[in-house]
Amino acid sequence: MMTTSDNRPAVSTRSQGASSNRRPPRGNLPRRELLPRRENVIGWLFTLPALVMYAVFVLLPLALSIQYSFFRWDGIGEMTWVGLKNYATVLEVPDLLATIVNAFKLVVFFSFIPVSLGLVVASVIHRVATGRLGAISRTVLFLPQVIPLVAAGIIWGWLLALPGLINQVLRAIGLGTITRAWLGDFDWALPSVGFIGIWVLLGFCTVLLWTGMSKLDPALYESARIDGASWYKEFASVTVPLLRQEIGVCLTVTTIAALAAFDIVYVTTAGGPGNSTAVPGIQIYILAFTQQRIGLASALAVMLMLLVLAVILPIQRLTREVS
Amino acid sequence: MQIARGEVWTSRALLIALMLITILPFISIFITALHPSNTVPSGFQWPAEPQWGNFVEAFNVANMTTLLGSSTFIVLAVVPISLIISTMAGFAIGHLRIPGSRVLLFLFVFGLTLPFGGIIVPLYYLERSMGIYNTRLAIVLPLIGLYMPFAVYWMRAHFVNMPEEISEAARVDGATTWDLFWRIHLPLARPPMASLGILMSVWTWNQFLIALVLVEDPSQRTMAGALGAFQGHYATNVPLLCAGTILILLPTLIIFVLFQGQIIAALLQGSVKG
Repeated sequence: MMTTSDNRPAVSTRSQGASSNRRPPRGNLPRRELLPRRENVIGWLFTLPALVMYAVFVLLPLALSIQYSFFRWDGIGEMTWVGLKNYATVLEVPDLLATIVNAFKLVVFFSFIPVSLGLVVASVIHRVATGRLGAISRTVLFLPQVIPLVAAGIIWGWLLALPGLINQVLRAIGLGTITRAWLGDFDWALPSVGFIGIWVLLGFCTVLLWTGMSKLDPALYESARIDGASWYKEFASVTVPLLRQEIGVCLTVTTIAALAAFDIVYVTTAGGPGNSTAVPGIQIYILAFTQQRIGLASALAVMLMLLVLAVILPIQRLTREVS
Repeated sequence: MQIARGEVWTSRALLIALMLITILPFISIFITALHPSNTVPSGFQWPAEPQWGNFVEAFNVANMTTLLGSSTFIVLAVVPISLIISTMAGFAIGHLRIPGSRVLLFLFVFGLTLPFGGIIVPLYYLERSMGIYNTRLAIVLPLIGLYMPFAVYWMRAHFVNMPEEISEAARVDGATTWDLFWRIHLPLARPPMASLGILMSVWTWNQFLIALVLVEDPSQRTMAGALGAFQGHYATNVPLLCAGTILILLPTLIIFVLFQGQIIAALLQGSVKG
């Protein structure tokens, strides 16, 4: 497919590429200009398909999102320039601002709880269940991670319903008075959605953190145990400090899952009751596709993207530093 | 053994309890699916006469044959194309180190944290003007684009660690850049490509938002996207909804049981690199 290029330039490109690795780069600049231009063009052609798909279906929509956010537009008629008004609206209208607050509440459920609980479970597996029980529990706990989030939402939608399993269990243990339709309750809908998130993400965090632990030098644990370290001591002084990077990965993945949540919320509550579980993803969908307020939806979308960056970058910085 | 007996048993109890919490929801919807259609069964209760026919009914009303075909088509279109073009780009950026490769890498990495929700609205209008809205291409093309940041980053990580000497030897033998890629590096890149392929297949199969917004006709969607539509129609018929959910879960569960080692490893590596 790629045309047959004659060999001589190819050979010299390589030998030069090798020297560029071993010598300071300044030394080979002039020669680089001479020969490999053709090779560079071929190299660029290799990146072209990926670049085109990324540019057309990600970067272009991203630019359009930013553009739309400065206009009032119903999707069909004329676009009217409104400057930063859409952004002001998001910050001023309580129902819209609430979606961002809800996103941060979900971070607690989707991120902090699965990561902390995952650390505990992983260290329990690592310390005690080194055999078959540990292997089985890792596989089982991971299961919710592979099913579609929509399915997780439908399953829990039924379990948390009035006649569902949760209320049945509560009645059986004598807590019949607190039964309710959990996802239809103004106070409990958001924590219930959050609980589904824990169910989905706990296994992922556990297995990832356990993998990190099993790569650590066993001598560290042995010496801690010879000193008679309790589970907690071992956990706090060996496990957590040495797993900083894995913890960072878990926090990053789960925080993005929380801030960008859509699937679970859409199938369980669609943002309701009232506005109590509306998150940015849901609100963007409603604004754009049921209310035809494209500009406002885009302003919220841009803010969501900035929010994700603002939260992820510090996590990366904190956990990537080598201690 | 230095670990106290009591601690061992508490630990085991904790693990077993967590496994039960993970498994019980699946058992609960399975039992619910066996209740007579259009009844509201109460939680955990084996039905007097299990209605196995619910699965057949759900299979028919959910149009499962078409759905399986549609999802398979989408996966088979998205995954091989994404694999090949991201491997080529990863090769050029990580191994050939073309001029500008650092800028290119940064450009792709920038897309890693991008939530799909952030660009879904313009994507809708873009696809309408391109004339691909409400076709399977409406899902296939954006997914390829959206996977590029991760896929290129992943493949680059492999090529950066390939020793230069392999290519040098081939160049001496007169290989062109394309030969180098196709004959030497592509076969060597099989393991990371396999993991990436598994990852992208699972993501595509489970993709919901893109399918929901960009394709109106559920029979042209992915499995997860169609499940959303199915829920819309049968929200009140709980046994049938549960039966349909199980059918839609089944392919993923079977694949997971068969390839659990690779899937877990791929998903974990994926997040560590990402």
